[in-house]
Amino acid sequence: MSKVPADLKYTKTHEWLRTLPDGSIEIGITDHAQHALGDLVFVEVPDVGRSIKAGEPCAVVESVKAASDVYSPVSGEVTAGNPQLAGAPETINTDPYGGGWLMRVRPAAGGPATELLSPAEYEKLQQEEGD
Amino acid sequence: MGRQTPLYQLHRELGARIVDFGGWDMPVQYSSQIGEHHAVRRAAGVFDVSHMCVVDLKGARVRPFLRMLLANDVEKLVRPGKALYSCMLNESGGVLDDLIVYYLADSWFRMVVNAGTRDKDLAWIRQHAREFDVGILERTDFAMLAIQGPEARAKAAKLLGRVGAATALELDTFVGREIEGWFIARTGYTGEDGFEVMLPAADAARVWRELNALGVASCGLGARDTLRLEAGMNLYGNDMDEKTHPFESGLAWTLAMEPGGTTGARNFIGRQALEAIKAQGSRAKLVGLLLEDRGVLRSHQKVLVPGLGAGEITSGTFSPTLERSIALARVPQGTGQQVQVDIRGKLLAARVVKPPFVRFGQALVK
Repeated sequence: MSKVPADLKYTKTHEWLRTLPDGSIEIGITDHAQHALGDLVFVEVPDVGRSIKAGEPCAVVESVKAASDVYSPVSGEVTAGNPQLAGAPETINTDPYGGGWLMRVRPAAGGPATELLSPAEYEKLQQEEGD
Repeated sequence: MGRQTPLYQLHRELGARIVDFGGWDMPVQYSSQIGEHHAVRRAAGVFDVSHMCVVDLKGARVRPFLRMLLANDVEKLVRPGKALYSCMLNESGGVLDDLIVYYLADSWFRMVVNAGTRDKDLAWIRQHAREFDVGILERTDFAMLAIQGPEARAKAAKLLGRVGAATALELDTFVGREIEGWFIARTGYTGEDGFEVMLPAADAARVWRELNALGVASCGLGARDTLRLEAGMNLYGNDMDEKTHPFESGLAWTLAMEPGGTTGARNFIGRQALEAIKAQGSRAKLVGLLLEDRGVLRSHQKVLVPGLGAGEITSGTFSPTLERSIALARVPQGTGQQVQVDIRGKLLAARVVKPPFVRFGQALVK
């Protein structure tokens, strides 16, 4: 069973969200997602300052097997892309909820967000998908 | 649910992730695909390749039959047990399959063909075997294990008795023989030394566990793909198929098109079409690519060739040994050293190299 930290929100497309003290949102992919992808070998994160829309692909994670898009759950402006992942993409495999974060976004006021799941709801989704 | 090999239950018990491969439920990885890859390059790994199709061909005229059926010439097989890699072509020179054929006795050859092409191949072979009165028997009683890596032969030999082990360890490259009820061949699809072993299906799970106990890692199809691509070996369906011919698939070396000799020119299926292509010159070729920028080459990405147009990647991956991305690509004939690959709209620089990329644990390109 993959880890689902209780202090995060989740999406149906296997991203996680953490609200940081300054109000920005940190985004990554879940333990379930990294496990399904396998060994990650390349990660492309968005440039700082890029304006992104909820539901649109904003990062790419590539394992040995395949490339997958990561969808932003919120609209806003990118304030950081994780610089460590260029040299160490496997950080997502070893620490998906910590050092493996992908990007930070300052959410647009009142901007649309995709439907977010609680930890319990996300665990249920994983079970349905046969984790 | 797809077809399952005799080892399916064991794969589940070992925690493998199972995927569909050509209609078969096969293990793609057990723990880490890169870890399994390195196990084969550095020590030893075992793969379940029981989905591949083993066919015995028997009859007094089996040799002339295979000389007509295959684009490589089984006349090269003189010593019993010797194997030959060949394409089987259609009349237009398209590749129906690539396969290995063993010469076992004057009236007995054995072929190993791909899983995804099994039904098509068997129908084709049976259709042409009739006039040669050759019997075709699919050996579904076998499981097949590929035990590969620098330590693979020594570890596998420990499963045999003293005499059997000595016999197995004396096998030359691309030779197989029956030892203690198993058919053991010094062949593989990884660029490393090793054996491919056909054994009774009922023995397979026990043997697998014994290999694990000897330190041979369970390896899935994921590692098999990165290993074969590093070794510059084609995958049927990716790098060639019925719509492509051997000259544009890096397989000209497998064609035996000698003009004659004492017995006259051999008229194999597809030869006429190949002669015409050869006379004109093939318009495309299959090359190796090494990505110079960061990213991962994947099949179907477009390759831009200065002054000549475009080609396409047929197989691409991240190479765990080189720690960068490699590919096979079909490009216009005159393609030089530098090309660009379109990855999600960005043009990245790639260098054309001659495969293999890796052989016997050593990087052959820089």
